[in-house]
Amino acid sequence: MLLPAALVTLAALIPLGFVITMTVATGWEEAAYLIFRPRVGELVINTVSLIALTVPLTVMIGVGTAWLVERTNVPGARGWALLLAAPLAVPAYVNSYAWISTIPTLAGVWSGVLISVLSYFPLVYIPAAATLRRLDPAMEQSAASLGLGPWSVFFRVVVPQLRLAVVGGALLVALHLLAEYGAFSMIRFSTFTTALMGQYQSTFNGAAANMLAGVLVLFCLFLLLAESSGRGTAHYARLGSGVAAAPVPAPLGRWRLPAVCALAAVIALALGVPLANIARWLIAGGAEIWTAGPLAGALVQTLGYGLAGATATTALAFPVAWTAVRYPGRLTRILEGTNYVASSMPGIVVALALVTVTISFAQPIYQSAAVVVAAYVLLFLPRALIPLRAGIAQAPPALEEAARVLGKAPLSAFLKVTLRLCAPAAAGGAALVFLGVVNELTATLLLSPSGTWTLATRFWALSGEIDYAGAAPYALLMILLSLPMTYLLYTQSQKAAGR
Amino acid sequence: MLTCSKLTPMIALASAAVLTMTGCGASTEPSGAGQSESPAAGGSSEALTVYNAQHDSLTQAWADAFTAETGIEVTLRQGSDYELSNQIIAEGEASPADVFLTENSPAMTQVANAGLFAEVNTDIIEQVPAEYRPSTNMWTGIAARSTVFVYNEDAIDESELPESIMDLQNEQWNGRWGASPTGADFQAIVSAMLELEGEEATAQWLAAMKDNAEAYKGNTAVMKAVNAGQIDGGVIYHYYYYGDQAETGENSDNVSLHYFKDQDPGAFVSVSGGGVLASSDQPDQAQQFLTFITGKAGQQVLQDGDSFEYPVASGVAPNEALVPLEELEAPEIDAAKLNSEKVTELMIDAGLL
Repeated sequence: MLLPAALVTLAALIPLGFVITMTVATGWEEAAYLIFRPRVGELVINTVSLIALTVPLTVMIGVGTAWLVERTNVPGARGWALLLAAPLAVPAYVNSYAWISTIPTLAGVWSGVLISVLSYFPLVYIPAAATLRRLDPAMEQSAASLGLGPWSVFFRVVVPQLRLAVVGGALLVALHLLAEYGAFSMIRFSTFTTALMGQYQSTFNGAAANMLAGVLVLFCLFLLLAESSGRGTAHYARLGSGVAAAPVPAPLGRWRLPAVCALAAVIALALGVPLANIARWLIAGGAEIWTAGPLAGALVQTLGYGLAGATATTALAFPVAWTAVRYPGRLTRILEGTNYVASSMPGIVVALALVTVTISFAQPIYQSAAVVVAAYVLLFLPRALIPLRAGIAQAPPALEEAARVLGKAPLSAFLKVTLRLCAPAAAGGAALVFLGVVNELTATLLLSPSGTWTLATRFWALSGEIDYAGAAPYALLMILLSLPMTYLLYTQSQKAAGR
Repeated sequence: MLTCSKLTPMIALASAAVLTMTGCGASTEPSGAGQSESPAAGGSSEALTVYNAQHDSLTQAWADAFTAETGIEVTLRQGSDYELSNQIIAEGEASPADVFLTENSPAMTQVANAGLFAEVNTDIIEQVPAEYRPSTNMWTGIAARSTVFVYNEDAIDESELPESIMDLQNEQWNGRWGASPTGADFQAIVSAMLELEGEEATAQWLAAMKDNAEAYKGNTAVMKAVNAGQIDGGVIYHYYYYGDQAETGENSDNVSLHYFKDQDPGAFVSVSGGGVLASSDQPDQAQQFLTFITGKAGQQVLQDGDSFEYPVASGVAPNEALVPLEELEAPEIDAAKLNSEKVTELMIDAGLL
């Protein structure tokens, strides 16, 4: 069990190893020439300002909306709660496409911020809402009884308890910002990833592209470091006997209408704009756009890759999760942690690494579907790992041992007891990987076998030719495929919060 | 500690996962590729793999007509000129590609210089006039496109139009024009400039462009911005305009084309190339495909279809809507001399890449 876990982890290190090897191979002088140039400075400024502006805004909107739907008497709270998670089903590049066809002049950092905030705030909202549901209101009541007003209670008692959820969500947002290609390329905002893609299209895997990948990786590692120090050392578990009371919704009073308007505005911008634009282009395109391209083929390919990616990722995450739960120790902790780090690498870096590695060392699988699936495994492993870890933890070894005592063979005891108990967790993780695969663009563009189109790559090719009507059916299908997974993710997070 | 009994099921599971992965992967292959039986001579059962940097719709039209005529299936791998040329060089002898088609010739020269092309056959040499293929015959021209300055009729008066593409570096054009610098099309135009005006003048022009011009992704996006009045003009190829006009005109109704002519670098006519890889395992079918493209039927697709690129072979005339090639006063440039690596280097130095 340790062996497969170690092998998976080793494979996960390919992108990092690739970047390091390439930097060494390029040589310091050449590397310095390619890294310390004005264009890279420009990209650093763009990327840093994008993150610095977007992350606080997503936190504000994510936490604000979570508080409104979980802790106040805002009308229709349950409906809003679900709707606020739904923008996750709209890929950022589809959002960008909708906005640029509404306002064609969109460009630059503020447009990037607009699209990123609308696409990624659910990444903060979902964990924040889950934590708010679970918080024992006793602490807030004590604070209030000691004389704090409602605002002070919120900022001095509630917000600090959201720290883990918010810092984790913010990290996810920042990593998405680093990795996103399509959304920013469409509005002509240059980040490391868009520049890397431009380099790739001009030189394939040239030295300049590899050096940009190196800088991008450094950014990722820096963010991971910032997140782990941002978590702090405080403990947030509730101590004492009894169960937590249900939170008492704060009366909004005359703020009820403005609160509903604010929620409606967020949903209108994040969900309304993309859906309305897709509808507009679908109507403009008529029946023709449904038959013009390989729509059915792309749908089948996408489903195939989604299923293969989800199955492979979940299966390979299993040994890592298993060893982490059953044999906790320094080694397994390192194995698990390495996988999180490795999977924070942007799709473009993973793809560049796999292209280069397979071209030189694995010719038989070069340009095969297996490499695409391998990229998905590397990119989405944590999505399967986290729920699986929780699921396995809930299947105590004593049950399997009991089955053995009662005469089951080891394999059948494992299959009939442990595997069945963690099946729901595995299914949840697999669904999340599926969601990631359906919307993945960058790695798929670089790695797919000749002649393969997925919904995402076809959408990208058509919108690149400004055939907005032709691209609309692909956008619609991606959203429809993603919606059930998003719903699952939302309900899962609510369950994890103890309801 | 790990015991054998616990390891076994895990290994079984992991190998099942790997099997599922490759199994599912294989089943997602397009149905046309890989399995189709080709009735062509040579008895090969594999589809022809074309690395295609040309517009997907154009090559698909060629491929469909070719398959209808010969029964040989064609699989396209879509990419841009230099992405695919560098990919072929990185793949070397093991390249899965049989045929390589580009939009511009520098990528062709790059692969030819790496010694990876086989000479094109005599049918092709007879069909294509000498000016549209290199003297080595390691590849052939398949189509041509002209550089144009697309401009917004409301923003620029005809008398104000730049006489030369080199004028765009002047202060009066600051903030008024755009292009798609990451595209191979634009990089080919720069390679012509490099050949005609020299390194210093080109570097200077590129530096001015970094300050003066807006960068878009793709020529259609440039034209759309000009049409919407976001910029006054842009450097693109001619056929984007005609293609849009033939459809809805929504991205081109407010624009006109200005041809620089007079042997200006901006009058550069770029030759799209096609070549057969020396490493191809079906060289006969690959030559057959290239012969088809440069033959009457293939060139006719350029005249009749919605690509609006210029035919270059088999005496086929261009689409009637186009300005005839001989009126464009293009500079005479030996395609084999266009230096793509230097261009990439200059553009990286200028901060455009």
